[in-house]
This record gives sequence, C-alpha cells and structure tokens, in this order.
Amino acid sequence: MAYIPSRELEAGVLAGDTRAIARLLTRAESGTAEARATLDAMYAHAGRAHVVGITGVPGSGKSTLVARLAAAVRMDGRRIAIVAVDPSSPYSGGAILGDRIRMGELAGDPGVYVRSMATRGALGGLARGTLEAVDVLDAAGFDIVMIETVGVGQDEVDVARAAHTTVVVSAPGLGDDIQAIKAGILEIADIHVVSKCDRPDANRTIADLKNMLALGLKSGTDHVFTAALAGDNPVAKTWSVPDFAEKTWSVPDFKAAPNSSWRPPIVATSSPRDEGIAELLAAIDRHRGAMEANGEIDARRSLIAERRMLAAGEQILREQFARHRDGKIAALLHDVKARTLSPHSAAEALLRDLHIGGES
Amino acid sequence: MEHSNERIRVIVAKVGLDGHDRGVKIVARTLRDAGRDVIYTGLHRTPEEVVEAAIQEDVDVIGISILSGAHMTVFPRLVELLKARGADDILVVGGGVIPDDDLPKLRALGVREVMLQDTPPAAIVEMVRRVVAERGAR
Repeated sequence: MAYIPSRELEAGVLAGDTRAIARLLTRAESGTAEARATLDAMYAHAGRAHVVGITGVPGSGKSTLVARLAAAVRMDGRRIAIVAVDPSSPYSGGAILGDRIRMGELAGDPGVYVRSMATRGALGGLARGTLEAVDVLDAAGFDIVMIETVGVGQDEVDVARAAHTTVVVSAPGLGDDIQAIKAGILEIADIHVVSKCDRPDANRTIADLKNMLALGLKSGTDHVFTAALAGDNPVAKTWSVPDFAEKTWSVPDFKAAPNSSWRPPIVATSSPRDEGIAELLAAIDRHRGAMEANGEIDARRSLIAERRMLAAGEQILREQFARHRDGKIAALLHDVKARTLSPHSAAEALLRDLHIGGES
Repeated sequence: MEHSNERIRVIVAKVGLDGHDRGVKIVARTLRDAGRDVIYTGLHRTPEEVVEAAIQEDVDVIGISILSGAHMTVFPRLVELLKARGADDILVVGGGVIPDDDLPKLRALGVREVMLQDTPPAAIVEMVRRVVAERGAR
C-alpha cells in the first residue's frame, strides 16, 4: 500500500471527506514533517469554527456531557467535531483512549466527528497536535470544534489559551477536590458547569462554587439555572430560580478584554436526564455573541495566535535539542556536569551555535 | 521514512450482546504497555459503529473480542462495511472463543488473524506489529 502524500489529502479535507480528515489528523498528531505545508494550508483555511474547550477533574463527566452537547448541537443542524484527549502512559508511551465509550449515541451521524488523542507527554491538558487537529476540523467545515481535555488537576490550563469559550466542569461529591480546582482551573472558566445534578449533594457543589466566585469580586450576575435542580430532588427545591436571579455574583476578568461584560454563569446539568444541556449550549452561544459584540473575540484570537507561536517555537527548540543531543549538547554536558559552566550559560552557547530557524 | 513516527493505532471493540469484557480490557492494557494508542469502544456496539469509529480514529487495526459465538455474523459484516467505505486498508483481527473449524472460514473472509484463549500477551503485540508492517504505509 502506498503512502498518500499529505497535499493530496487537502482537497478531501476541505470537502469534508472523513477518511482524508482522519489521515491528516494522524499526521498532525505525529508531527509528520511531510505534512507541514499541508497543515500550514489548513491553518490558513481555518478560523470560522467556534472552538469550545471542556475541562474538569477526572470523572467529572466531561465525556458524557460532550456527547449530550453534541446531540444538542445537531438538533439545530450545526456540525460538530470533538477532539477528546486522554493521557499517555509515562512509562510505555501507550494510551487507552476511552472517551468514545460515552459517545456511542453519536455514531452514524455524518455531522459529528469524534477523534481521540493521547497526550504523548504534553502536560497542559492537551496533546501536542491538538491545535493543529482543530485547524484541520475547522477547515473541514465543522461549525463547532470541541476540545475535551484530559481530566485535569490544578493548573493544566492550556485549553483556555486555545479555545474561544472555556467550560469548566465540576462534579458533586468530590469533597476536597473543590479545593483543588479553586486556584487554577476555576479561573479560566467562561462558563461553569456543575454536572451530575441529579445527585442530592449537587447543591453543595453549586453553593461552594457560588461562594468562591463571590470572593473578592466585582459585581453583576449572569447565572443560568435549570430544571436539573427542580424535579424530584428534595434538596434542590430549596434553591429557587428567582432567589438566584436577584443575587449578584461575578469573577474578575482573568483573561478578558478590559471592556468585557461577561459574567461566567453556572449551569447545572444532568446528562442521564438530559437536563441543562440546552441551557449550556445556549450559554456557549451567548458567550460567543457577547465576545463578538464587545470585541473580545478579537483579543482572544490575538492571545491564541501568540500562544501558538510561542508553543511552536518551543517545539522547534525541543526538536533541535533532541537532534543535537549526541553532538553539541554532549560536548557542553561535561562542563555543566562538572559545574564549570552553568546550565543557563550552556543553553545560551548552544542557541548561538544552533542558528535556530533554518535547517541545521 | 517520513511517516515512521506515526504510532500504531488500534481500536478494540465488543460487538453485540457479548458482555464479557475482561479479555478485551487485558488486550487493551497489553497494547498500551507496548506503546500503542488503543481506542476502546465499550460494550454492545454495532458493526456500523465500530467501522465508523475506526475510520474517524484512523486506526491501523480493528480488534474484535468475541465470546458469544456470533463471530460468523459479526466478522463478515465488519469486512463488508469496511470495503463499502473504501477502508479495507484497516485490518481486522479477532480473538475469543471461536471453534477451530471456523478459523479458515474467517481467514478466507479477510480476517487477518484470530487468536484464541491461552494466547500470551506478547504474541498479541507481535501480531499487531506484523500485520501492520505487512500492510505497509498508507
């Protein structure tokens, strides 16, 4: 069987051909040198899709929620692609990618494309090729491209620098894990989701989140509350919607443009009951609309472009370092090990020597 | 070779009513520990779902674990669907409880390898490596 050159996949990708998309995604993920020019062309074609990041701790229900959201997106006729990231083994480099298990209901719909990706050592919650994969899917004409991160801990916040809208999922019953998400993850949310709201302790999680958002903050509210909190959940009934609507909660503009008026809402969802899903999609769309109205979308695009340039630069450096490991680096290593040369000085000497940028 | 850094991707699947998933999980784990990217579909998939997932995920190999006796229904359907989608570069292999008499029939259908119970894990890893090498780049 012959290797299909990447440039021959380009037309297929732009026409939305699944096999061509799938092949090019593999090459984006692998960092295949031969695909470089084609991926650059994809970047030029991309830029229309709304890129939505979904993140949260392991087991918070991200995959199930994404499956439900995708179904809701399909209801109004839009096409959606999902890049679901799961961790690679730090030992073997292999991975078990299980996000599809929750997404069986989406099979057979040509308006949905699901791709699993392994982190391959990347630490920020995404995989190395994730953003180029997003470009490919964007260029292929999907209206929404959703990035589901690995289950994250405290500071894997890369997704916020890759997505236009970042959704942070918190689940009830995780106790002190609320503490864990306080510092890093929570700050990047454009929209908060409390999942599994069919559980009685969901109100506690919502209250924790609400209190946390209230600390040291300015004003305004934009909460969404859903039927997931009513129904036959006796505890939930104590939280009436008007009660929330009157209160004002907000978060500081961690990454927003100065004129941003967006207040991250909390959306309560229950995936098995399919509750809160339409409200979440509406919140995502409203966030997009608000960003377009106040010009923040432009600020985010700048931020994303800058981050990607930086990340690409880091990647080039890493590859150069790997290439020279046995040569120029080995030569410096002796002095660094003997402490006659500092790691910093050695790195500077190496960079001067490498002529980064062209082939060397 | 320019594409030599593409990792072998395998989807392992359970099709139909067969609910025995201990074996498939061991196979998934074994392949993971051999450095493969393994996509697991979960239980009770249809052949259509497995083929669609295999294409979207751009896998090299579909591995079906089957202990229900439905292999003479499931495998032909998979092979047929892959052909219909122009995706017969995706290799189909299987394992589980399958009578010896059916093995030549499955091979004739285009199933590359069938590994029965008592197969050592390393043999599965080696088989996947071999069938992908035999197929070559794509």
